[in-house]
Amino acid sequence: MASSAVVVEENKDLWNGGGVEPFKASYGKLMMWFFLLSDAFTFSSLLVAYGLIRYRHVAFNYSSGPFEFSQSYWPVPEFVFDGMPLLHGMHLPLVFVGIMTFILIMSSVTMVLAVEAGHRNDRVAVEKWMLWTIVGGLTFLGCQAWEWSHFITGTDEGGRLLDGSIFYGANLSLNQYGPPNFAALFFFITGFHGFHVFSGVVINFIIFYQATTGVLARRGTYEMVEKVGLYWHFVDLVWVFVFTFFYLV
Amino acid sequence: MEQETTEINVQPADKAKILKIWKVAGILAVITALEFVIAFTVDAGSFKTITFIIMTLVKAGYIVGEFMHLGHETKGLIYTILLPCIFVMWLILALLIQGAAIFTALGL
Repeated sequence: MASSAVVVEENKDLWNGGGVEPFKASYGKLMMWFFLLSDAFTFSSLLVAYGLIRYRHVAFNYSSGPFEFSQSYWPVPEFVFDGMPLLHGMHLPLVFVGIMTFILIMSSVTMVLAVEAGHRNDRVAVEKWMLWTIVGGLTFLGCQAWEWSHFITGTDEGGRLLDGSIFYGANLSLNQYGPPNFAALFFFITGFHGFHVFSGVVINFIIFYQATTGVLARRGTYEMVEKVGLYWHFVDLVWVFVFTFFYLV
Repeated sequence: MEQETTEINVQPADKAKILKIWKVAGILAVITALEFVIAFTVDAGSFKTITFIIMTLVKAGYIVGEFMHLGHETKGLIYTILLPCIFVMWLILALLIQGAAIFTALGL
């Protein structure tokens, strides 16, 4: 009896306003929102840097013939990201990254279903949907690991650097696809997002564990599922922007 | 302790609510599929870019508004989150213009 009462009491004390809740949201939920807003600023700074650097480079001119990798203009993403596991050498533009996008959106849907189950105190459904969300997150991470290794290894033909030598793949200072900043931004933006996905999976697992062991049930509320849900949706939201600005445009 | 765990009532699922979730998921999937169609059928240019940006913002609106439930929070919370983001959008636009200016200054 005592444990559930104590937690509710503590939650109220956090606001210290005699039961008054700013914005009619709990302390934890509101703080998660503020954290996500600050995190959105961080991601914006990366996308701002991407936009500025891209606009200061020459764009590929479609009328000058078919696209090939060159250090003198910014590469067209659909020619860089055209690989697919087990289908070596085929030109499948953006197919794999499309699958990754779909996986992340689906894991966002299962997260909403977990939150919805939490509202109903349905422990079995919370466990089921949290587990699906974790599986989706891990699948996405696996896909990204493949995408990175493919990008780092490069194509069979490689690309010509400014000094005339052939270079295969990419690192932080040189890449076969285009100007050095292209690969550097790819590593920073998708890496920072991937690290968010990784921490999201870890946090999701902790809450899944707490649900299975009955910690959340004893607390009398499944609000923690809602809070980690906010974080998980944010990760999905960032990917929507990364997908548009890094892969499509 | 065990006694207490059983005290929480499991409420039955609201069919309409779950249907709404899948509907939003369907909209997101359709917009993403449309983005693919546009990526390979429309020539590169400002029209294509602007279409992509609008579609991205629509998707972001559905994720934040429905999945993150912000659309159903109080007005104060909605503006607390939304207003700073609008200023960030201006920052992005300003630095794109700056990038183009650097490009011109370099005379590439």
